[in-house]
Amino acid sequence: MNVVVCVKQIPDPAAPQALDPETRTLVRQGKLILDDSDAYGVEMGLQLADQAAGDVVTLVSMAPNAETSGLRTALAMGADRAILVSDDALRGSDALSTAKVLAKAIERAEPDLIIAATESTDGYTGTFPVQLAELLGLPSITFAKKVSVGDGKVTVDRQTEAGYDEVQCPLPAVVTVTAGVVEPRYPSFKGIMAAKSKPLEQLTAADLGFEAGQVGAAGSRQEVTQVSAADERKAGEIVEDDGDGFENIVRFLEQLKLI
Amino acid sequence: MSIDKIWVLAEVADGSPTSTTLELLTEARSMGSTVAAVTWGGGAASVAGVLGDFGATTVYDAGDLADALPGAPVAAAIAALMASGDRPDVILIPASYDGRDIAGRLSAKIDSPVITNVVGLTVEGDEVLSQHGLFGGAQVATARFTGERPWIFVVRAKSFTAESSGGGAAQVVPAPVPDLGASNTARVLARHVEERTGPKLDEAEVVVSGGRGLGSAEHYAMVEELAKLLHGAAGASRAIVDAGWVPYSHQVGQTGKTVKPTLYIACGISGATQHLVGMKGSKNIVAINKDRDAPIFSVADLGIVGDVHKVVPKLIEALKGRA
Repeated sequence: MNVVVCVKQIPDPAAPQALDPETRTLVRQGKLILDDSDAYGVEMGLQLADQAAGDVVTLVSMAPNAETSGLRTALAMGADRAILVSDDALRGSDALSTAKVLAKAIERAEPDLIIAATESTDGYTGTFPVQLAELLGLPSITFAKKVSVGDGKVTVDRQTEAGYDEVQCPLPAVVTVTAGVVEPRYPSFKGIMAAKSKPLEQLTAADLGFEAGQVGAAGSRQEVTQVSAADERKAGEIVEDDGDGFENIVRFLEQLKLI
Repeated sequence: MSIDKIWVLAEVADGSPTSTTLELLTEARSMGSTVAAVTWGGGAASVAGVLGDFGATTVYDAGDLADALPGAPVAAAIAALMASGDRPDVILIPASYDGRDIAGRLSAKIDSPVITNVVGLTVEGDEVLSQHGLFGGAQVATARFTGERPWIFVVRAKSFTAESSGGGAAQVVPAPVPDLGASNTARVLARHVEERTGPKLDEAEVVVSGGRGLGSAEHYAMVEELAKLLHGAAGASRAIVDAGWVPYSHQVGQTGKTVKPTLYIACGISGATQHLVGMKGSKNIVAINKDRDAPIFSVADLGIVGDVHKVVPKLIEALKGRA
């Protein structure tokens, strides 16, 4: 079974985030790391694939600046190889353009199962995986909290408003996983060393048959027109608890006539 | 070209349109002159009255999908309507599980981008501007489409207030699902409902939520007890849902529920962006956390810097004493 895991390399979420004042898109300069949300997909892929029996786990990612450190992290976890679509022309792509580009790259890996996160940590649009499935003409099951594969089918516990549904579809298919679906492993020292020599193929938009203007900011049909500070909540009262802090809450509840 | 036709994806749960559906219909009325709903699940005739009352004059019915996941078939039904010449200017879709699937499928099918995480909409002349919370709601971004219509917006729950228009029942028009092949092969084998007691999380007047600061799963019991004493619902941060302490249905935040109760009490929650997005609209916020610098205090009306294991039990005792 060929498993493709879509991964995104993002600025460290622990660092302060900022918007580019001109394009009003997220600043993605400096080192990018593997999106935490994708570590679950990588782990799921590794658990579902039987690499000893010849199953291959391929990472597919897109970045404007040839960044590979996040991919190396996922290779160090145990993925077999990576495809990075990297091209300055891709800068500013919206979700649909991204899906079109990655659909072409993913087709090359002839996948049986494509795994992605429910949404990225930085942009959290959450539409890319389903757009990808539609472009590839494949079924998709989103919001997976449990995944198993057998008999040419994938079976998923899918989150719902009320609880969860058990959903099944034939392979090939796209599955999006939620955080917490599995416990991602930490790359071992051996894994980190091995990752350095694993194949990492770099492709441009042109390699995949796209012309300038179809992708990137030029191909994106949406824009942020303005960014402003939100109405701030008025500063509240902060009290250090010295044993009777709860009394402040009781008084607050009384004021609200909740007790 | 002015904004005229608005379609709203009408999601039905337990026989009634969801609250977000009614919020979007209400907003659609103020945006355009014609509002239609698109629904599925075999109950179109029985919800046509309510959908009409909130402003829809037509209900496009994709029919009973049996056990199929709705993403692919409903999107295909909408695309087929459009191919027949019936084109809306704007499509509003609730940011729910199935809503997001339908939006993604439709976007790729008709080659039209989608704007998600919308919390406000304004019509300015021939433009529709959408508002979005950024960085946990500290900033507001305004976005718009630059390409052809229809413009697809995926809107978060509780972005608008639902108000009845007093309109008569909407006319049901079939919107058959075309043959789709592989993309429409996902089937629901079984549905599992996680039982909850007390008011629903997104409808409760009081929500008490717990986070990582509780230390371990068993301490979540005090969150539930406090919620019960205040006739409220118990919620959770993503961290403790991911850790498996409580079911996902309790999650408040970006990937969980959006809540706007009269009172929100955050117990041992630091206030990550992910969480703030889902609860910042609460009318009153009380936070208990031992870290004075926790971001949750920046949105709290009352913040108690202290150990949640000491403060909450005392609060529970005090409330019991008054009962």
